[in-house]
Amino acid sequence: MEITIKHLFKSFGTHTVLHDLNACIPAGQVTWVSAPSGKGKTTLLRILMGLETADSGEITGLDGQKQSVVFQEDRLCENLSTLSNIKLPSPQLQNQTIEEALDKVGLGAYAHCPVSECSGGMKRRVAILRALLADYDILFLDEPFKGLDADTKALVMADTKERSHGKTVILVTHEPAEAEALGAAYTIAL
Amino acid sequence: MAGTGDFWLSVAFSLLRIIGGFLTACIAGVLLAALSARFKYVEQFLAPFMLTVKAVPVASFVILILIWVSSKNLSIIISFLIVLPVIYTNAKNGIASCDRQLLEMAQVFRISPARKIRYIYISQIMPFFRAGCSISLGLCWKSGVAAEVIGIPQNSIGENLYNAKIYLDTPDLFAWTVVIIIISLMFEKLFIFLLDRGIRRLERI
Repeated sequence: MEITIKHLFKSFGTHTVLHDLNACIPAGQVTWVSAPSGKGKTTLLRILMGLETADSGEITGLDGQKQSVVFQEDRLCENLSTLSNIKLPSPQLQNQTIEEALDKVGLGAYAHCPVSECSGGMKRRVAILRALLADYDILFLDEPFKGLDADTKALVMADTKERSHGKTVILVTHEPAEAEALGAAYTIAL
Repeated sequence: MAGTGDFWLSVAFSLLRIIGGFLTACIAGVLLAALSARFKYVEQFLAPFMLTVKAVPVASFVILILIWVSSKNLSIIISFLIVLPVIYTNAKNGIASCDRQLLEMAQVFRISPARKIRYIYISQIMPFFRAGCSISLGLCWKSGVAAEVIGIPQNSIGENLYNAKIYLDTPDLFAWTVVIIIISLMFEKLFIFLLDRGIRRLERI
């Protein structure tokens, strides 16, 4: 089911972030949200995820859709292991499935390592895997590959593309190469 | 002193009651803190009560409670009243300082309330709760024994302290004081150890 955004307005105080936004996000495709910093990309995602309320406007196509997300921040439970963090929103996942997924992005040896002992890049990969392995219809990616080195980024982007194939993906990034690598077919320019 | 049955009877009597009051206050404090965090009017309703409990001297409580309750159960109520505001305040502060970003993550992923409490809230509240327990364990022993000295329930540590006072038995007074310190320290270590172990087990997915 496609997501339709009609006449969306959002302001913070006197600062207008989204002004009469109209867009259509097709189902099962990757849509790239592009704009300079501070122009409301994250705000749009937060409104779509239900974390922020729009001042006015209408959004359809989100009802009953399971969501998954990679935030700009990792948002991991520091006291839990990488495996447990991935399992937190997806208790039905088998440990073996998670271990294999971790192995694929170079974290096979860290499945039972507390996240507090992981590096920034490792945490990022865990946050991405948590989103990819969850049961979802819509995947929100907000600057998902930030902080990864070139090789790891290529590896993780390929994994993301494979695992999110056929799902509705909304990608926020400043890097056109990332949108291209994920096969973004549509662009919303704010 | 430790070789007599009366000694162990007194220790058991006071230990069970004071720790009973402490544990009940821990449970009530956390539950009330959770309700206060969820419903503002509960917090507003409880604020004057907690303030009063904190401000009223232990001796006043003891005398008041002795009017309604037998001296046997006095130390339970007194340690409960002394511990409750400490645990309540700490747990409430812990809930208030919970990482909003993690809660948003849980909201988007539709993590069940039970899992949210188990894996997100508990670990965030723990440092506050642990600190509250550490402070209140000392307080509940002080106030519980003080209550027993005033109420003089039979076969309690307080009764022994009272007897030491009226017979001017200074060695006994020191001995019982040392016993209270040892029991208090041992229980604190044991409680914190079990708490940490329980939390580690609870957080295992």
